[in-house]
Amino acid sequence: MNHTVKFNLNGSPVEVQVKSNEKLLDVLRDKLGVTSPKFGCGVGECGACTVLIDGLSVRSCITFAVEVEGKNVVSLEGLQADGPTKIQKAFIKNNAFQCGFCAPGFVMSATELIEKNPSPTEEEIRHALAGNLCRCTGYKNIVDAMNEVSQENKEEGR
Amino acid sequence: MKEELKVVGHNAVRLDILEKVTGAAEYTDDLAFGPNLLHMAVLSSPHAHAKILSIDTSEAEKLPGVHAVLTGKDFPEKFGLYLKDKSIFAVDRVRQVGEQVAGVVASTYEIARNACKRIKVEYEVLPEIHDPYDSIKEDAILIHPDLGNYEIEPWLDAQPGTNIAHLRKIRKGDVEKGFEEADVIVEGEYHIPHVAHTCIETHISVSKFSMDGRLTMWNSTQSPHTQRNIMAHSLGIPHKNVRVIAPPIGGGFGGKAGISMEVMAAAGAKACPGHPVKLRWTREEEFYNSSQRTGLRNKVKMGFKKNGKLVAIKHQMFWDVGASAEYGSNVVNATGFSATGPYYIPNVYIDSYACYTNNPICSAYRGFGYSEFSFGIESTMDRAAKKMGFDPVELRKINAIKEGEGVAYDVPMNPNGLIECIDKVAKEIEWGKEEKSDDPNKIIAKGFASVWKAPAMPANESSSAFIKFSEDGSINVLVSGMDLGQGFLTAMAKIAAEVLGLTLDKVRVELPDTDRNPYEWQTVASHVTWSCGNAVKRAAIDAKNKILDIVQRAHFIDKSQLYLEDNGVKCTTQESFFIPYSDFVITGIQTEHNTWIGGPILGSGMFMPEYTNAMVNPETGLGGHPMVHYTVGAGAVKIEIDKETGRIKVLKMAEAFDLGKAINPDLAKDQIVGGFVQGMGTALWEECIFDEKGKMLNDGFTDYKIPTILDVPRDMNPILVEVPQPDGPYGARGHSEHTMIPVMPAVANAVANGLGVRITDVPVTAEKIVMRMGKPEFMEEKK
Repeated sequence: MNHTVKFNLNGSPVEVQVKSNEKLLDVLRDKLGVTSPKFGCGVGECGACTVLIDGLSVRSCITFAVEVEGKNVVSLEGLQADGPTKIQKAFIKNNAFQCGFCAPGFVMSATELIEKNPSPTEEEIRHALAGNLCRCTGYKNIVDAMNEVSQENKEEGR
Repeated sequence: MKEELKVVGHNAVRLDILEKVTGAAEYTDDLAFGPNLLHMAVLSSPHAHAKILSIDTSEAEKLPGVHAVLTGKDFPEKFGLYLKDKSIFAVDRVRQVGEQVAGVVASTYEIARNACKRIKVEYEVLPEIHDPYDSIKEDAILIHPDLGNYEIEPWLDAQPGTNIAHLRKIRKGDVEKGFEEADVIVEGEYHIPHVAHTCIETHISVSKFSMDGRLTMWNSTQSPHTQRNIMAHSLGIPHKNVRVIAPPIGGGFGGKAGISMEVMAAAGAKACPGHPVKLRWTREEEFYNSSQRTGLRNKVKMGFKKNGKLVAIKHQMFWDVGASAEYGSNVVNATGFSATGPYYIPNVYIDSYACYTNNPICSAYRGFGYSEFSFGIESTMDRAAKKMGFDPVELRKINAIKEGEGVAYDVPMNPNGLIECIDKVAKEIEWGKEEKSDDPNKIIAKGFASVWKAPAMPANESSSAFIKFSEDGSINVLVSGMDLGQGFLTAMAKIAAEVLGLTLDKVRVELPDTDRNPYEWQTVASHVTWSCGNAVKRAAIDAKNKILDIVQRAHFIDKSQLYLEDNGVKCTTQESFFIPYSDFVITGIQTEHNTWIGGPILGSGMFMPEYTNAMVNPETGLGGHPMVHYTVGAGAVKIEIDKETGRIKVLKMAEAFDLGKAINPDLAKDQIVGGFVQGMGTALWEECIFDEKGKMLNDGFTDYKIPTILDVPRDMNPILVEVPQPDGPYGARGHSEHTMIPVMPAVANAVANGLGVRITDVPVTAEKIVMRMGKPEFMEEKK
């Protein structure tokens, strides 16, 4: 069955025809040209497809497109209106990724964390990013970068 | 005077980090191919070993939206990298669960999948083999009865009429005499299961046959030129009409070396000219039908003198290469030459068997077999140390191979800093210092391992590079090595920048496109920094010579007085002389007569080791020079073991590798950290688990656990040692794969040191520890 879904994507209203069983990830990538969320597993295990729906990080590969009717969907593309965010800058400075395929998902999960908790402890950082798999880095530089963000926010009184 | 390096050896932000962190990097699946794009799905075998009696595709063909249905009868020819034993789609017989039997190209992936379900295949199930020990039994069913007819590299030794696809023997010295001379002999048997690469990006290919007969492929690959070569040969079309483009790759680890599913996409494209055809593996297909790491059963016997010196080794390795040995045969070959570990041993007996089984195909995996065999060697070293009353670190130092000593195939060892690596790791992990947990149920223990690895390559592997200048004095470096995440682009940029006196912001390095970028064998074997780095250095020197020539001709200054610095040309005798590249690298230099000297600056360079020789005596493994050099290193872990649950937590790691020269120290250390964590997964949990019919029981991330951010130790200590490689660019040799190798034995040795339980089969799971603790057959003397 076909549906028309209307939602906000990265700040702009979109309207798209989808099937009942179509996943948000496929609609974003194939119908709307938003390719930062990646296909890694298709069953919500790896976190590469993470986007924010009304500020909450969600696996778009196990979210039906019809579920986002009327909601605000933000992908990595929508975070950077003013250039790389503080989180992205810290990831860049720390060479936080290698192959980079998991990077968009990590940025989204990290963004959700910092929005809720601007200066998290390392323990909180690790728990918030535990659903994002990276096979290359051993996560060290990701944690280092996030610790820097946390420290910076603390110093800025956030 | 030692030349001061301005770029090489200094830290830098990696060239590709911005595009990766901003989402700008377009991986293969991110490319737009328009409404003409077709999708492909594959029907897989449910049986591990069966004859295909019939395939009926008629119902699939009738489904609206289906463009083509392909089966093995359309593609009778075999393909493979070293041994052509593989079919694009199964012909007459399937040899593993998940083997592709048919493919469907359709307007959507959903239609292609549904069409696959309508294909009727009649099988006659055959006896199946899942263990290399069963594979080599005399009455074993033959998995490849036609082995003797396959095309094969001359340095491989297939045994037709058996399931042995390759046998590499080493017979150096007299091993029996060696054991007679030994004061202490330690023997053991080990088992390593299959593990999976689990790149987060699954395999993907988009292939297109255009109407003029050209094949273009966009592949997630480590091997664009090798893929082009195989496609051109198997399709019988000229190389110039095959173009392989390699967009950014979402992880490789050896899994995307050579060629695998890409041939199916090309087959699909051939059936649908004019349409790009996309084939993307699901996560389950990625587990079954890309490749896994070779399984191993090995028997290690090592003989020592009282003073700790090794006198003999007998090492028999029975590799489970799965249903094809097209690439895995080289794992078997490379390890056959090296399965002594980084020790000088005068008497060496090695048998390395490539055993066909009905398990998923195994090929290259970070470490290329060295992780697997080093587990047995390094476990033996610890057992021997305990038996003889040596400190395990000391025993390794006593036997550490030195420059000039003969390796297993009796060629002198290259310069190396093994003892420095061992010492630095021992110091960092505080070897010898007893540590106690505050929790009485927990034990803190340490384990050590030292390792080596050589690039496994055909003797005439090669690399090449082009450098071209632009108007503003920036350069594009064209190479066909792949940045798998290891920092290849940044390393090549730095080498070019160093030679040309450029700042790093003036350099771009392009990902492979076989139409435009020059030849590279493959990005495997941890060899591209060394091999392609040499080619880039030579290309930069070529460009430099052209620049100096032009300036000499235009300004009448002898070249010997000119040097390159700060993005331009300077003169040793005239301090004020400076011509920025942007003034002349395209336009040339204007003379006083208003004529012009010069033109667009280009450099080219190539590299091939000219001392290697793979044609050894098959009975002894001697008489050749099959490896270029070894990179050595050591690793140690400090772990906490819960005595009640057996659960292990890694608290600290230290690893040191002698990479000759760190082109970028930061990224080189990142390789150690990443490789350690990947090794930690294989040491503690990772294992492809099969039922008795060869069906994988954990073909997803829920059941196949890889380390998460919660599992990794906080205290990770990568250490770089730099004993230059004489033929490496600035002395560099590779180390990226090596970083995994010490982890499995270091963990098992730590468990033995802490609890006295000797685990000889990885992974070292909590269950094994709890079930075996206290049982005499698993216990060894505590340190």
